[in-house]
Amino acid sequence: MVLRPTVRMHLRSRPIWPTAHSTSHMKAHVMADIVVEQGRAVRTASKRKRTSLRNAMGRKSTVAFFLTLPLILLIALLVLYPAVYSVHLATLNKSMQRFVGFGNFTFLFNRDTFWMVVKQSCIFAVTAVFFKALMGFIVAHFVHNIPAKGQRKWRGMLLVPWVIPPAMSTLAWLWLFDPSYSAFNYTLSFFGIGPINWLGDTSWARFSVILVNVWYGAPFFMIMYLAALKSVPDQLYEAAAIDGANWWQKIWFITLPMMRNIIAITTLFSLIVTFANFDIVRILTSGGPLDRTHLFATWAFKVGIEGSDIPLGASVSLFMVPILAIAAIFILRDVNKRGNEA
Amino acid sequence: MSRKKLTRRQFVAATAMSSAALITAPYVRGAYAAGKLSIGFWDHWVPNANDASTALVKEWADKEKVEVSIDYITSNNNKIQLTVAAEAQAKSGHDILQMPTWWPHAYSENLEPLNDVMEPLIKQNGAVNDTVKYLGQAGGKWLGVPATPGSQIKGPCSRIDLMKKLAGIDVQEMYPVGGPPKADNWTMETFLKAAEACQKGGSPFGIGLGETTDSVDTAGAIFQSFGAELVDAKGDITVKTDAVRQALEYYKKLIAFLPPDAPSWDDASNNKWLISGRGALILNPPSAWAVAKRDAPQVAEQCWTHGMPSGPKGRFAPFLPYFWGLWSFSKNKEAAKSLLTHLSQPSSIEKFVAASGGYDLPAYANMTTLKTWAEEGPPKGTLYHYPNPFNHQTLSIAASPAPPKIAQQIYFQATLTKMALRFAQGEKMETTLAWAEGECEGFMRS
Repeated sequence: MVLRPTVRMHLRSRPIWPTAHSTSHMKAHVMADIVVEQGRAVRTASKRKRTSLRNAMGRKSTVAFFLTLPLILLIALLVLYPAVYSVHLATLNKSMQRFVGFGNFTFLFNRDTFWMVVKQSCIFAVTAVFFKALMGFIVAHFVHNIPAKGQRKWRGMLLVPWVIPPAMSTLAWLWLFDPSYSAFNYTLSFFGIGPINWLGDTSWARFSVILVNVWYGAPFFMIMYLAALKSVPDQLYEAAAIDGANWWQKIWFITLPMMRNIIAITTLFSLIVTFANFDIVRILTSGGPLDRTHLFATWAFKVGIEGSDIPLGASVSLFMVPILAIAAIFILRDVNKRGNEA
Repeated sequence: MSRKKLTRRQFVAATAMSSAALITAPYVRGAYAAGKLSIGFWDHWVPNANDASTALVKEWADKEKVEVSIDYITSNNNKIQLTVAAEAQAKSGHDILQMPTWWPHAYSENLEPLNDVMEPLIKQNGAVNDTVKYLGQAGGKWLGVPATPGSQIKGPCSRIDLMKKLAGIDVQEMYPVGGPPKADNWTMETFLKAAEACQKGGSPFGIGLGETTDSVDTAGAIFQSFGAELVDAKGDITVKTDAVRQALEYYKKLIAFLPPDAPSWDDASNNKWLISGRGALILNPPSAWAVAKRDAPQVAEQCWTHGMPSGPKGRFAPFLPYFWGLWSFSKNKEAAKSLLTHLSQPSSIEKFVAASGGYDLPAYANMTTLKTWAEEGPPKGTLYHYPNPFNHQTLSIAASPAPPKIAQQIYFQATLTKMALRFAQGEKMETTLAWAEGECEGFMRS
């Protein structure tokens, strides 16, 4: 127990990928753990080899670096450069000839429409993610309880919405919601309901874009939760059953705690993607009616491309970064905390 | 082997002479001797209409020995606007790029002045209308040459039978083939009454209240016919005026007779409305009629394209021109100018109009009575009044006469339709006006 801090320190200095060097180090740690008195001797022995080992490691990391270089370059080119460039754009005036610092942001803060977009993006993302998670959770349970033989085909079918490119599936939804020839309204008319103005009424339009987003995103949650469910040991449920737990207690005290990290991470991922959603809103409503369905991305496009005010559009889209960063910090901090508890 | 030695003087003289020859004689007749030219044209809706552009460019290129390449860029989902923005930013791309309505002004800093092309063309083809000047000129400098392909008037396309039956209006008599319009009674009031009658008769007018261009263009023409401007030509905000109030009051009455889902309409919705036979009138270029000709011939033969109703301040029709812009970073400006002149010759314009089945509109006064419009059908002559041959309506664009960079914001934020919708949905007049004023203040950025 006394040696534990030393061991930890050594483990930290280990390269992430397993190498001959690191395995020999690990062996050394094991030895050190067992033979307490010889700890000093082991360390001096390894010192002698260090120079050549370091060279070997150096060579391997160089190779590794070169192997990852294409990816690094790709990320630099397609992620880093556009990100830095959009920050640069956001600091220019409308005609992109003058540096205005935070001028675009202070301008936005005084616009009512901007705050409406912020509010709507938050409502959209939070509601959609909540329902995606809920639906995913419920459906994952259903699928989990299907006998293993027929499960694959259900899993495959349920993943379909997530696999179809959203621009295409949203077009199908557009036809279903079509103002004048809605298939939904036609069906509802048999029950004496409607016609509902799906995309023309502000509340229904918000409902519709969220609905399509939930339809599209729920399978992702379903598959993640299904994987998490499968990793929960059956013994826990058996023990709970012996203790007389009902289904709700099993979910609340076993399933949910065991799935916490997966739930947190999927929520974060989905929050980021949903916040930045563009295609669904663009195709269904273009932000209307009366701007009530605009999100950051669609409004940024409207302002930046359609309104030829690229710096302002860049500022609008950059505003997502702090909001998502705060969400990420909260969610990931929770993941770490729970990880340590376990 | 004898070898003559080249002296330094001879070398300098030879270099100077050959340089001078190269500079002064750019049009040496060899295969592609006059260099290369790359063009980005708008990809036409009408099938095979692009062929006319390709043929005209090829004809010119063969004569001038220029190697040309053409890209047809769609305006679906703003692709062409994205290309304009990207090329302006990269300072490279096509030499000539076709751009819609507001784009020449938006990127005026990157466009080559084309006065030397436009002035002779105006002398030859007749004057251009004020909207073309408003959108194509900045400080006396022509930013682009008005392109015939894609330019359009979004006037009424009515159902002859339904208008006669439900509203008692004979649109063919009002806009006869070959003669001037007899449309003195075709006013905003008549329009409103007709809208009411058609709605009651089960075939409402198909006018959108969304945020896409068709909805905005209609709103623009109606506002203008009441003299309502949100921002005037000097750039001052003029939202809280009686004219704007009148326009909103009128719109509120009109909205009551439009389909309830009009707020969610896009640019395809009104076309579908007409083609499906549900509506008595839409405001659109003849593309809806052209599709009906193919898909619903019984509807197409009842369609008549004509002029807008007049309001207290005049008769305004939404006009959306395209322009051919020449980038200032183009490497072959002289060749580009020569091509733009070629594409604007009467013979070329006639070919464009014919290839598009009458959809395309030249901007020049002498070019509005081509035989295509008189002959297209069924019914024969349905497009005769489409190009405004008797100049009886003012061609305009929504949000004008505000300075174009401000007007572009009003246009794309659909401030006019949003105002109309807010007020019609029960918001107080002053609240709507205050909201619009706030929006316009935000559009003043430079």
